[in-house]
Amino acid sequence: MDHNNSDAAPMIELRDVSMSFRERSILRNLNLAVNPGEILVVIGPSGAGKSTLLRLMIGLLKPTSGEIWVNGQEITRMDEDELNLIRRNMGMVFQYSALFDSMTVGENVAFGIRQHTDMPESQILTVIRRTLRMVGLMGRENVMPSELSGGMKKRVSLARAIAINPKIVLYDEPTSGLDPVMSATINRLIMSTRRILGVTAVVVTHDMDSAFTIADRIAMMYDEQIIEIGTPDEFRQSNNSVVKQFISGVRNNCIPVRRRAGE
Amino acid sequence: MINLCNWLGRIILDFLETTGRTVQLLLQTVIQLRRINFRHVIYQMAHLGVDTMPIIFMMIVFTGMVMVWQATPALARAGAQSTTGGLVALAMFRELGPVLSGVVLAGRVGAAITAEIGSMKVTEQIDALRVMATNPIAYLVVPRFVACILMTPIVVTFANLMGIAGGFFVATTHSNVGPYTFFYSIESFTEFADFYNGLIKSMFFGGIVAIVGCLKGMGAKEGAEGVGNATTSSVVTSIVWIFVMNYFLSTWLFR
Repeated sequence: MDHNNSDAAPMIELRDVSMSFRERSILRNLNLAVNPGEILVVIGPSGAGKSTLLRLMIGLLKPTSGEIWVNGQEITRMDEDELNLIRRNMGMVFQYSALFDSMTVGENVAFGIRQHTDMPESQILTVIRRTLRMVGLMGRENVMPSELSGGMKKRVSLARAIAINPKIVLYDEPTSGLDPVMSATINRLIMSTRRILGVTAVVVTHDMDSAFTIADRIAMMYDEQIIEIGTPDEFRQSNNSVVKQFISGVRNNCIPVRRRAGE
Repeated sequence: MINLCNWLGRIILDFLETTGRTVQLLLQTVIQLRRINFRHVIYQMAHLGVDTMPIIFMMIVFTGMVMVWQATPALARAGAQSTTGGLVALAMFRELGPVLSGVVLAGRVGAAITAEIGSMKVTEQIDALRVMATNPIAYLVVPRFVACILMTPIVVTFANLMGIAGGFFVATTHSNVGPYTFFYSIESFTEFADFYNGLIKSMFFGGIVAIVGCLKGMGAKEGAEGVGNATTSSVVTSIVWIFVMNYFLSTWLFR
């Protein structure tokens, strides 16, 4: 693991990762490196395996073959206890927020801290207030998640992910199902989270506006692999017909119009 | 014929798979016992136990009553009316208290556990737990498992008393068995072992309800229908296992 300790070493690296569910191949020999402190946006059609990619990075799924390095450690052979040590430096914002519905907003935000640290209650309250202020939900700590709108839930989910001061935050479709104003708010939050806390972020989305706004680099997933990776400007000038089509949304023969099962 | 074999084979495979998963979850739960959070256990005991008391009491009181109603004429014909109290107490301690409570627990507590964990599963809350470096078995299964095991003997103790009270009521008001005769026969027919072996049995039932409830919840399929199916399956599986285990536990405990 020594070769990953230099400054330039990627925060997350996937090497030759293949993944299949019940005979169906989702990822094939995929390689991807996420640099420390960058916002990498992964785009691609529905069912291309973007969410699977995120789940592999945080150890919720194990790849069929290949290696996954997170913060200098190989995680595919770890058991759940070892993975949990890695996960204490990671946060994840779920597509449907996945807030604990039996707990208040404040309890959700403080969950990680209460589970893993002996922080005194007064200090936890300060963290809750500070984090909720960051996401613009000041004073909502005693509200139940069921009383919140979709956009608010997303923001609480983000607050919960960053409350533990993670090094890495993974976002699964952070702007899907939100109105344009709320999408812009979430985009700003993702960027300010990186600016203030210096976290490395991987964002999965098919919202191209969002991708071009927040990304340092964009990776396009198609046909079980990353077919193109580069800065937003490089993407706008890409000659790859699949990428061009995906960015402009024009229908032609490159991306077949179909939905795969399970999406 | 081949279809029949296929069908039979699939049922046997399903059964073995479920049994394997259950045993696996049980082992993982025992391993995770070291991470037990007593605050959560107490909360679960209050949450799961208190609600079941009224239903169990209703069932068991009337069971005790009908037992005496049905048994005394037969006992009277053999001139053994004075053994009514002992009969009721023995049946309550050894079988009816633990088994009926187990069935109610499966229907009430098991269903609640599966519905709760199932809806957490389909809304990705269990993934969220794992992402937040929290073992879902330690956090969700262990407190429910321990709470059920500690809760059932308490519930069953009360149930036994209520059942005997029901029997006492019918015996004294309808069947011409005097209060003294009733209690004297309890004293002479039952041993303390009858009582606590029944409680030991009930602890196993509590464990079955919790483990099956959690297993079915964590295996719930997407959507409202998935949680519903998981809940039904949880209740049915628990009840079947309670009756099967009851036979083997009885032959072991009441030799």
